Amino acid sequence: MALLEVNDLCIQFGGLRAVDDFNLNIEQGELYGLIGPNGAGKTTVFNLLTGVYRPTEGQILLDGKNITGHKTAEINRDGIARTFQNIRLFSKMSVLDNVKVALQDRYHYNTLTGILHLGSYKKLEKEMDAEAMEILSVFGMDKDAELLSSNLPYGQQRKLEIARAMATKPKLLLLDEPAAGMNPNETAELMDTISLIRDKYKMTILLIEHDMKLVSGICEKLTVLNFGRVLAQGNTKDVLSDPEVIKAYLGDE
Amino acid sequence: MTKMKDNKLSFLKKKENVTYAIVIAVWIIMEILLKAGVVSSHLSGLLVPMCYYAIVAVGLNLCVGILGELSLGHAGFMCIGAFFSAAFSQIFKDSLPGGLRFFLALVIGIAFSALFGFLIGIPVLRLNGDYLAIVTLAFGEIIKNILNSLYLGLDSKGFHFSLTSMLELGMEPDGKTLINGAMGVTGTPRDANFTIAIFLLIVSLIVVQNLINSRDGRAIMSIRDNRIAAESIGINVTKYKMLAFTMSAAIAGMAGVLFSHNISTLQATGQYFGYNVSIMILVYVVLGGIGSIRGSVIAAAVLYLLPELLRGLNKYRMLIYSIVLIVVMIINWAPAVLDKRQELMMKFRKGNRKNGTA
Ligand SMILES: Nc1ncnc2c1ncn2[C@@H]1O[C@H](COP(=O)(O)OP(=O)(O)O)[C@@H](O)[C@H]1O
Ligand SMILES: [Mg+2]
Repeated sequence: MALLEVNDLCIQFGGLRAVDDFNLNIEQGELYGLIGPNGAGKTTVFNLLTGVYRPTEGQILLDGKNITGHKTAEINRDGIARTFQNIRLFSKMSVLDNVKVALQDRYHYNTLTGILHLGSYKKLEKEMDAEAMEILSVFGMDKDAELLSSNLPYGQQRKLEIARAMATKPKLLLLDEPAAGMNPNETAELMDTISLIRDKYKMTILLIEHDMKLVSGICEKLTVLNFGRVLAQGNTKDVLSDPEVIKAYLGDE
Repeated sequence: MTKMKDNKLSFLKKKENVTYAIVIAVWIIMEILLKAGVVSSHLSGLLVPMCYYAIVAVGLNLCVGILGELSLGHAGFMCIGAFFSAAFSQIFKDSLPGGLRFFLALVIGIAFSALFGFLIGIPVLRLNGDYLAIVTLAFGEIIKNILNSLYLGLDSKGFHFSLTSMLELGMEPDGKTLINGAMGVTGTPRDANFTIAIFLLIVSLIVVQNLINSRDGRAIMSIRDNRIAAESIGINVTKYKMLAFTMSAAIAGMAGVLFSHNISTLQATGQYFGYNVSIMILVYVVLGGIGSIRGSVIAAAVLYLLPELLRGLNKYRMLIYSIVLIVVMIINWAPAVLDKRQELMMKFRKGNRKNGTA
């Protein structure tokens, strides 16, 4: 059984079918790429998968469970975490707190305990600190834990978004143009980070990317979107040599 | 992560503790001055109001600075806390000892303002957008006007209320008048004093500052910083907005209880509970620094006392007040000044660290 199974997904904005008849199967542990020209509907697919938009038609199954129509927060608890094309960090919170807030579903204490700082407060906060620091150190950001997240350099902000998503212990990680706006050094570092997550956490990843070097370097399978429809789907090598794909997407670069 | 348990100043390392220290220092100094009899009766009468405005500013900052939602109706929540608690104290004026009665009045005042906050929050906080400001503005005015024309009495048959006149209540001759329309509540026992007010200010500070440093507080701030990202990591946005707003209203209600138990006649006039008061409290919060709890306390205290103390200087009073507003604004908002402050703070911290380990 595929980890993610998307059947005939469709969403309409007014007269525009931004995503139409979209099908996708991702197996556990795969690193899957979603590519296509600007405005093809890639981000919209992510928004559909994470419940930001409700599909007009179609079905989304995660680990065999139907999550179609669930709210965004529920879907995260179901096991999908994501990053955003335009960085969305908690900008007035510290780097550490950005990760801690993502952990808190697994560390329960009630409001009264939180207000009084009594009972399990100290113990659980300590455990959260420890886990958050561990995650940050995987991303090489533990030394910046006390910084305000908005004071991080751009590349680090993108990384922190991934760290935050990982802190929710997802089954599937969605990365929306993680290399956008990065210089070649940062991109190379990001590729290492992504490989690291895969190896360390056996994470299944679906990523949107424009950087062809990155895509062909790390993705095992690809889906190409064009005008909201699937143009090609399959192993990276086959898809990238498909003449249709070259014409529609790579040709106009 | 550096351990400094042996350092005497380590208590002040946490910025929250500095706030408590400032409040307690002000209390000690004022108590000494009061005992020494050098405080004018004018100033001593301002001390409890100074505290309740500081409390309501702390409560409003929870809503504006921590949750990131604008409220223009906090005077309304104060009004609810004031009236419900005063009515309660009327009923038990002669049958309960002062301390217990005030404690229960506090519980009642806080509970009712929290309830109203909750009820307003249910429809409004589900929406994304600046609807809260307009709804709370209307709420504050409606509450003030209703309480201005509300008649409430209690006799052996129970509560009676009317919105037109005392007579309409049809009370037994020995019934108690609790709220008498525009005349308000008269003869509320004066159970509040400066020490109690300081104590409640510290309670509100502990609640809000501890909340900020907890699981719920982080969730609330994450919604403020980016709602969509907060949802994407599993935060229940509506729940935490409701929590923060209800608590904010409850704290304003607590300030209201102090208000009504510090004067003998409580009336729902615009001077005390109108939208202009809500905006004045917002000014305290904004000038103290949005999200800075300590800033709210200091700004509320200074900006409340100043115009009152300047009454003697009739002509120049508003001029001086305006200048102070501008100066505070620069201190708390100008980027250059903020950087400088940050630098000084770092130096101070480093200095302490050296002292501590040497
Ligand atoms: N909320 C929305 N309302 C209307 N149109 C939208 C909305 N979201 C996306 N679209 C449209 O859907 C199309 C696909 O957008 P998007 O998914 O962002 O593309 P990309 O592949 O570049 O990520 C675009 O034409 C965009 O204008
Ligand atoms: Mg996009």
